[in-house]
Amino acid sequence: MRDTRRTRIVLAVLLLTAFTFITLDARGGEGSILDRLRETASSVLGPIERAAAAVVNPVSDFIDGVTSINANAGRIDELEAENDELRRQLLTAPLDQSRVDELDSLLRVASLGAYKIVPAQVIAVAAENGYARTVTVDAGTRDGIHRDQTVLNGDGLVGRVIAAGPGTATILLLTDPEFGVGSRLAGTGETGFLQGNGREPLALELYNPQAVVEAGNVVVTVGSPNGRPFVPGVPIGKVTDVLATPGGLSRLAEVEPFAGLTSLDLVGIVIEPPRRNPRDALVAPTPAPSVSPSPSTTSSSPSPSPSP
Amino acid sequence: MTFSRVLLSAMLVMSAAVLQVTVVNRLPLPGAGPDLVLLVVIGLAVVVGPTAGASIGFGAGLLVDFMPPAATEVGRWALVFCVIGYLAGQIQVDARRSALMVLGAVAGLGALAALLFAGLGLLFGDPRISGDLVVSTMVSSVLYDLLLAPFVIPGVMALARRTALNPSLA
Repeated sequence: MRDTRRTRIVLAVLLLTAFTFITLDARGGEGSILDRLRETASSVLGPIERAAAAVVNPVSDFIDGVTSINANAGRIDELEAENDELRRQLLTAPLDQSRVDELDSLLRVASLGAYKIVPAQVIAVAAENGYARTVTVDAGTRDGIHRDQTVLNGDGLVGRVIAAGPGTATILLLTDPEFGVGSRLAGTGETGFLQGNGREPLALELYNPQAVVEAGNVVVTVGSPNGRPFVPGVPIGKVTDVLATPGGLSRLAEVEPFAGLTSLDLVGIVIEPPRRNPRDALVAPTPAPSVSPSPSTTSSSPSPSPSP
Repeated sequence: MTFSRVLLSAMLVMSAAVLQVTVVNRLPLPGAGPDLVLLVVIGLAVVVGPTAGASIGFGAGLLVDFMPPAATEVGRWALVFCVIGYLAGQIQVDARRSALMVLGAVAGLGALAALLFAGLGLLFGDPRISGDLVVSTMVSSVLYDLLLAPFVIPGVMALARRTALNPSLA
């Protein structure tokens, strides 16, 4: 390589700087220098993302100017503008309707659980080659959002807030391997820990090795002290598979999250936890609750009769 | 580097980083999608050479590290793109920028970027990194990068060259 001395010095200095940053950030916790830098950066970059998200909204770039020297130019422009506006409305009608539906179900969840939520729109998504599963939403500390708050949508749990700028917040999705939440089976109340692993389904570990669990059981959050990071009673997902763990100290199950995490749009951030634990109030009533567990799924587990 | 070149690099990198998180990452693509910032850094570095390339890469990486949904340590992408910018800048010296050479660089440097980023993650105990995931991420992102490179890199290179040829812009 025909590098000059200057090139080598520049490269060495830059690499060393980057390495120092990583080390500082990896070791420093909340409130470190880089944490404050990141906050400052998000207050600058957040508005840019918001602006970009507004621009790339597929319907907004529909109207273009028409120039004409015709005497009827004004009239034509007017009609075209009206036409465009009508066409835009026609195009956005299904979008608006789905937005209304999402907001509806979000409000239903909020009122059932007596949570106080702030609705927010997803505006940016982390690249998959960074391995972290995070998204940015267009609401921040100005709207009452802070680190370690529960994020949900009309279907169920989405994640938790890990950083908040003035107008934007970053959410760690529940599929991220760093994500974990205390969980409970709706109905039986068996507790466990649910962890993301970068993909779906999620892994649920039930602390009771004798726990009765079968496909179709609904998993909800247990809740944290003071409702942070997790408020109680939020539906997370449905058990799809129970893994055989003979002689294990816990039971393992796979859980399919209710919320569609690859196509998130509108989410709600819980800014005030409920006064009373909603228990299973948010679990959608199943048309035919399975009274007797099917033999095929319980065969691997000991009998459901209460132990002495 | 002239002022106009610094300005152009900053604008291109900024647009790429913003487009990446607001548009590209939201597309329902199977596997890891293309990396616009990587393509812009390569395109610029090929024209400006290793020293400026390393600086541009460092700055671009730092921006990606700070771009809001980012959750990993600040400095990881800065280090990765700094190396990428430096190596891409070497191509300017070795070959007089043939298109095939640049495409080869995109494939090789794309794979290197993925490996470096994962390696740094392992070094600092990132629980998200696992062997098979790294391989699938690397393969899919290199393929997407190669597909997108002919549409991004020639434009970036042309713009970068214009700032070199046109002193009135400086």
